Amino acid sequence: MTPALELDCRGLPCPRPVIELARHLGDVAVGETLAVVADDPAARHDVPAWCRMRSQRYDGEDAAADGVPRYLVTRLS
Amino acid sequence: MHGVTNAAAAPTTYLDAASSEPLHPAAREALLAALDRGWADPRRLHSPARSARLILDNAREAVAEALGVRRDEVSFTSSGTDAVHRGLLGLVASSRRGRVVVHSRVEHSAVLRAVEWGAEADVVEVDGSGRVYDGDLVEHAIGPDVAAVALQTANHEVGTIQDVGRFELPNDVPLFTDACASMGRLPLPEGWAVAAGSAHKWGGPAGVGVLLVRKGARWRNPFPADDRVDDRVAGYENVPAALAAAAALQAVVAERDAVNARQHALVDRVRAAVARVPDVDVVGDPVDRLPHLLTFSVLYVDGEAVVDAFNRRGFAVASGSACTSSTLEPSHVLAAMGALTHGNVRLALTRDVTEEQVEAFVAAVPEVVAELRSGTGL
Repeated sequence: MTPALELDCRGLPCPRPVIELARHLGDVAVGETLAVVADDPAARHDVPAWCRMRSQRYDGEDAAADGVPRYLVTRLS
Repeated sequence: MHGVTNAAAAPTTYLDAASSEPLHPAAREALLAALDRGWADPRRLHSPARSARLILDNAREAVAEALGVRRDEVSFTSSGTDAVHRGLLGLVASSRRGRVVVHSRVEHSAVLRAVEWGAEADVVEVDGSGRVYDGDLVEHAIGPDVAAVALQTANHEVGTIQDVGRFELPNDVPLFTDACASMGRLPLPEGWAVAAGSAHKWGGPAGVGVLLVRKGARWRNPFPADDRVDDRVAGYENVPAALAAAAALQAVVAERDAVNARQHALVDRVRAAVARVPDVDVVGDPVDRLPHLLTFSVLYVDGEAVVDAFNRRGFAVASGSACTSSTLEPSHVLAAMGALTHGNVRLALTRDVTEEQVEAFVAAVPEVVAELRSGTGL
């Protein structure tokens, strides 16, 4: 899957990956997907929680080429 | 000798009773009296020893009465953690079925570590409020190698009460309940074979745990035996602290109807106010919960920073977040519930917290959130 935008949050501690996600949601169109690449262990829980709280869609997790987890979010509004 | 330096000049409103409740006045009085009369070895036969033994027996009797159990079901351990470890592992040690412990995802780390150390885990998931799916628990419990089921009475981080005792477990699968978060505050549930509690969480001194083993339960000491008064536990009994713990427990049980109602209403007040702050995740069951505890997570905020910001305003709160190091895992409880794990705040009221203190905290919440979010641009 190729997201419209990929955010490199490697090395950023929580809550920075989620802050970056919120800042850049508007950079993709409604219906497009934004990916957050993050090695912070809290991101695994906090990206889906953010989607629930902000009414966006969480599309699950895959991995970047270097194996770092990548979390996929589709903008709904 | 140097005294303890007070780090903060302003008086602090202590809102972390779930970590440790301040010593109950009844415990202080009992402790001071017992320090003078209960120092000798309760195993010996001379007069000072008999005095200590009498105090220890009185403490056991008082705890049994306060909890509605038999005197011979009560043991004093060196901590709640020790009561959990030996309580749960003692069921595994004597099981004829196997060594699997079925437990909820949100058990205290004392349970998780005990299982890692001396059993095999079979984990049951929880819903968004932190409550275990009852059908799942029973389905897992009928497995052929299951030695025991472990389910907390109430969660230590989010306060949600589990329906312990309402599960139809197989007859030969005993239930261990970690009652550390609720003991004294709430009556014990039904249906357990072994239960554990921790005195400093109800206003007794630290260093006293309570292990309850039902008469007839298949349980044996999983650790090296000791030649003491009570063969379920090890080490020289802290007799004065046991009496103080018992005195506090009696007092807390006697006061709990009034205290719980007051705390429950105050927590409702904070809960409603916090829920009005934008992008805050209020966590845990709103009704069927510990009376004194509230947990919420603030989006875009570091958990350590939020604790520090409240501390600077004179409020001592705890956090389940672990934002300081990328190697630290966040709270397994919050993660299991699907709750936001960063920016987490746990508020736990003491028995004597005032309405004014709670209102001052409520007023501080939006200020703290605004201050910490100001740098994020959100």
